[in-house]
Amino acid sequence: MKVEEKRAREDRAPEMGSPVVARPPLAVRIGPFSAAVERRGAVAAVVLAAVAAVLAFVGLCRGDAWDAPGEVIAALAGHGDAAFVVQEWRLPRVTAALAFGAALGAAGAVFQNLTRNPLGSPDVIGLDAGAYTGALVALTVLSGTSVQLAVGSVAGGLAAAVVVYLLSLGSGLGGLRLVVIGIAVNAMLTALNSWIVLRAELEVAMAAVGWSAGSLNGIGWEDLRLPLAILAALAVLLAALARPMHQVAVGDDLAVTSGVRLSGYRPLVVLAGVGCTATVTAVAGPVVFIALAAPQIGRRLAGAAGVPLLPAALTGAVLLLVADLTAQTVLAPVALPVGAVTTVVGGGYLLWLLVREVRR
Amino acid sequence: MTPGTGRPGLVPPPAPAPRPNPRKEPTAMPRLTADALELAYGDRVVAPRLTLDIPDGAFTAVVGANACGKSTLLKALVRLLTPNSGTVRWDGEDLHALRPKTVARRLGFLPQGLTAPENTLVRQLVARGRYPHQSLLATWSPADEQAVADAMAAAGVAELAERRVEELSGGQRQRVWVAMVLAQETPYLLLDEPTTFLDLAHQYQLLRLLARLRDEGRTVVAVLHDLNQACRFADHLVAMRGGRVVAQGAPADIVDAALVEAVFDLECVVVPDPVTGTPMVVPHA
Repeated sequence: MKVEEKRAREDRAPEMGSPVVARPPLAVRIGPFSAAVERRGAVAAVVLAAVAAVLAFVGLCRGDAWDAPGEVIAALAGHGDAAFVVQEWRLPRVTAALAFGAALGAAGAVFQNLTRNPLGSPDVIGLDAGAYTGALVALTVLSGTSVQLAVGSVAGGLAAAVVVYLLSLGSGLGGLRLVVIGIAVNAMLTALNSWIVLRAELEVAMAAVGWSAGSLNGIGWEDLRLPLAILAALAVLLAALARPMHQVAVGDDLAVTSGVRLSGYRPLVVLAGVGCTATVTAVAGPVVFIALAAPQIGRRLAGAAGVPLLPAALTGAVLLLVADLTAQTVLAPVALPVGAVTTVVGGGYLLWLLVREVRR
Repeated sequence: MTPGTGRPGLVPPPAPAPRPNPRKEPTAMPRLTADALELAYGDRVVAPRLTLDIPDGAFTAVVGANACGKSTLLKALVRLLTPNSGTVRWDGEDLHALRPKTVARRLGFLPQGLTAPENTLVRQLVARGRYPHQSLLATWSPADEQAVADAMAAAGVAELAERRVEELSGGQRQRVWVAMVLAQETPYLLLDEPTTFLDLAHQYQLLRLLARLRDEGRTVVAVLHDLNQACRFADHLVAMRGGRVVAQGAPADIVDAALVEAVFDLECVVVPDPVTGTPMVVPHA
């Protein structure tokens, strides 16, 4: 009898350490709907959103000269001398930075989840370069309307994804092999892109080069309508896919036996991820680093398990806004392409990450 | 059977509740059945023709040498592997015709070699077992909360709820994974070598947990490496070799020197286990 009791206690007692104070998630329940909200994650999301809002406002004040906040608020309401500049020049640019940053962050989280590797981000494994190839083809061979650019870049991004996937078959989606193959594909596509630009007519080539570094300079509402609509649709799709994505993070086998239809989930999530990164590339060119870094920074800020989408998207928006403000300010009055800033910062981060991953 | 007092060195090792007469074969209708399965990875056929019933409400242990098709059989039973031919049925229905979530509410599976996503808390990992009971907008119902609490209590990891999975010991971690599958609240639990990489004490701890779950009404199917442990804990033993079932039945009925020779190519004598009376394999030197 005593032995039984002792055994039962041994079975249940923790083997080391003292119990940690319970911090259960907030249970949010409205009628049939329910969700568990982790406090740390919720605080991080609110803070990131607030930072993004402040940076966006700073972005609205920033032009060739700084405008006073009061004037900008008046301009947003349609009053004052600055109304046109703020509403038609700065607001679309800030909107683009927010939406594109979020899209890149989310795309990074999608592929880092798929590859189970912090290096498996679309800008590293050649999907941005592939999307840019598609956009260049649309620009040089076709007439380069915004619909053609969008379709071309999504097709290019998907083609690159398929090539990388086929070349790394046999080793699965995970692991360093896919990343290394992706880096090689990225290099070849970048060379192909240079070749296309060299062969293009002068005006087209000049336009393409200005855009090859990834730039938000001169973006207006007419450039944004279609991309924003596409990104909104992809955001809805990703919100629906977030739950299976979270589940697949514990492993393919467990995901399947707990009810994920993997064969349906995989193509959809690849489409959503490529769609996000390609839509941004079609308008702004390849903006690197955001998709690579935002998911990792976001998950640390949120103290989250795995690589969740929302912190990645919010961090992406903040990062792209900061990068764009820096690009406009650092060599003012010359406005750098935002991609130049992200490349400089991102290159260092990528090196550090590569060294760390290879050492593992 | 009463252990000696105060002399740990002489006390028999922890054992399951002694059952002098091993539980008789359950008579309930089998719900999970495999009929003439051909199982293969690509071109490599692992099992040419497997037919098997899993007894309902029992602890079934699948044993056999390495690469005999034990894990493959388990994967087919939980629909991770599509048989080239033959059918796995649940209550007479083809498992592959059922929706993934429907299967996931009936069969819980614990694979080998799991890694939790970085920074996952124990309670968060266990909560993932609730997936088949949730929907897009209902991801933390009172039933989910209760099931997670119950699963953590049953697996003895409630005190670890707020700990990170990566900082736990191997034994604790394995119990957390079991808790995750328990939270799935399936009547059937299938586990692929759940005791691998655990030290002896933790192996027994886990096996006792599985036996307790069986006592509470679940059906347990586990691939086990240690034949003696299988004999102690299982009601029903399935011995495999080369993708075929060599023998199946209550351990006391089927385990003898001839079977061990046939399954493992190992010469041995089989004696009654001094603690439980179940068959115990003692290999020749």
